[in-house]
Amino acid sequence: MQSLDFIDAASLRDDLPAFRPGDTVKVHVKVVEGNKSRVQVFQGVVIARSGDGIRETFKVRKISYGVGVERTFPVHTPIIEKVELVSRGDVRRAKLYYLRALRGKAAKIRERRDNVPKKS
Amino acid sequence: MVRTVKGVLGEKLGMTQVWDDNNRVVPVTVIKAGPCVVTQVRTPAADGYSAIQLGFGAIDPRKVNKPDAGHFGKAGVTPRRHVAELRTEDASEYTVGQEIGADTFAAGDVIDVTGTSKGKGFAGVMKRHGFSGVGASHGAHRNHRKPGSIGGASTPGRVFKGLRMAGRMGNERVTTQGLVVHAVDAERGLLLVKGAVPGPKGGLLMIRGAVKGAAQEVSA
Repeated sequence: MQSLDFIDAASLRDDLPAFRPGDTVKVHVKVVEGNKSRVQVFQGVVIARSGDGIRETFKVRKISYGVGVERTFPVHTPIIEKVELVSRGDVRRAKLYYLRALRGKAAKIRERRDNVPKKS
Repeated sequence: MVRTVKGVLGEKLGMTQVWDDNNRVVPVTVIKAGPCVVTQVRTPAADGYSAIQLGFGAIDPRKVNKPDAGHFGKAGVTPRRHVAELRTEDASEYTVGQEIGADTFAAGDVIDVTGTSKGKGFAGVMKRHGFSGVGASHGAHRNHRKPGSIGGASTPGRVFKGLRMAGRMGNERVTTQGLVVHAVDAERGLLLVKGAVPGPKGGLLMIRGAVKGAAQEVSA
């Protein structure tokens, strides 16, 4: 697939912050209704990143009115206006699917604190 | 029935995805189409039919045999790796030596793509013909992927010709019809075709205007 990198390069976007599973993010999604377009915010915990290159996606989970809602976004999709990093989480796995079975305080993720303060 | 056909030879580079105007993901096959060169024009007067012969791909001149070298020399072009004919009514509008590239097609065109499918080797009936096989349990004994019965007993006393069985699969000429050109990159000679096309990466492809394109426009 490397031979097609020059095609993918046009669609890749580099304006998103670095985030990883466990982080809480605000995803600003463009929503088109009829001929009007507006921005909707989807805030939740990133529970997985999968794939590579142009095909990479990430899953965001939030609890909405007591119901768990998960949404998968392609990282490079143009419908994302921006991604805000709200907080970084301290987790030890790449896929946080165990959160689905937990609720309330048990589903809380500790915030990651670096020993050496570093601006990232 | 001969009709006016646009066509170009190309090489499959692989698949990837792009986003369209509605921000939807489109799976595309990237084809390096051309540059092709017209090596001969077939006319009804001389050959009994009208067609153009296209040459495509680089080849070491030392590896071209004498008959081929003579053929390319007559056309006044450097030898090419592949040669194929395109039956088209307007063959007389082409001239020998003319270059044909990816700009033959535009975004939105409906095309047929012909190639040689990937070889699967000796394949069983489930893979080759889509048979259902035999049950996984209920006493099935070592025959899970077998075809089952292949015919009667003493009447007819033989197996009918053409009965689908295991055998060589793939590595045959396959045409995928009704594909849509998503985008054309004339500068780099690339066609982005929505969907999959036959064959491996690096395989030779013939891209033609769709046989059934007119019918599709009526239904659409």
